[in-house]
Amino acid sequence: MTAKIAYDDVEVGTELPAQTFPVTRATLVRYAGASGDFNPIHWNEKFAKEVGLPDVIAHGMFTMAEAIRVVIDWTGDPGAVVEYGVRFTKPVVVPNDDEGAVIEVGGKVAAKLDDNTVRVDLTATSGGQKVLGMSRALVRLA
Amino acid sequence: MPLDQSFVGRSYPPTEPYEVGREKIREFAEAVGDTHPAYRDQEAAKALGHPDVIAPPTFVFSITFRAAGQVVEDPQLGLDYTRVVHGDQRFVYTRPVRAGDRLQVTSTIETIKSLAGNDILDIRGEVHDEAGEHVVTAWTKLVARAAGEG
Repeated sequence: MTAKIAYDDVEVGTELPAQTFPVTRATLVRYAGASGDFNPIHWNEKFAKEVGLPDVIAHGMFTMAEAIRVVIDWTGDPGAVVEYGVRFTKPVVVPNDDEGAVIEVGGKVAAKLDDNTVRVDLTATSGGQKVLGMSRALVRLA
Repeated sequence: MPLDQSFVGRSYPPTEPYEVGREKIREFAEAVGDTHPAYRDQEAAKALGHPDVIAPPTFVFSITFRAAGQVVEDPQLGLDYTRVVHGDQRFVYTRPVRAGDRLQVTSTIETIKSLAGNDILDIRGEVHDEAGEHVVTAWTKLVARAAGEG
């Protein structure tokens, strides 16, 4: 595994470049097809509202997939991720308009561990709400 | 009624092998908007030390969640899936999933808790390749909201 970031070049507090990820209804339909998760709360507004949601919401696993992109783009190797976990705290609500929603993701090196591994703590928000909690990745650097 | 604690520690038989296709990896990477070349270009993957194209880190969830269906749909456990939301998700990788892998998942119920009428279930899915080598373990926390609530 060949990460482009060297362990010796990072310190606790090093920030990863933040990114924003747009999500529209079309994004969710595509993710449903690719992942096999066809739960109607992710594409059927009527159904979502009937079960008490404000509107269609993004798949939690979609948000999880977006958040780790900040780490992947930083290290340059998706295979450098050795551990990744999140808590789904709030849904990403995706209105049926041209804009949809935006997920904002930031990351920071929280600890330097053995074996050239660092722990990155991620933050993910949408519409001002924290959508992921305890979002952490262990990444093996060069 | 709270879920039966005697299900804690129960393991389900390994699933039939799931063969990871390179076009499925490409489709998934496109769906999450990740343009990293290691997902679609074998040479780019090899340059990073991988024998073939690899899958994005969360790709394997589709496989482990399908396997967790054995637990979720176990009539003896009696989980009401219409009330279930995904609470937490965690993966620990020995190596990335790659094209050509034939993966089998063994699901185990790790914990069952009842909190304020909500049933909380932790399922561990151990993913092995055809050679029996460990690839990744996925932990999925499912929360079945109390009946009558929202």
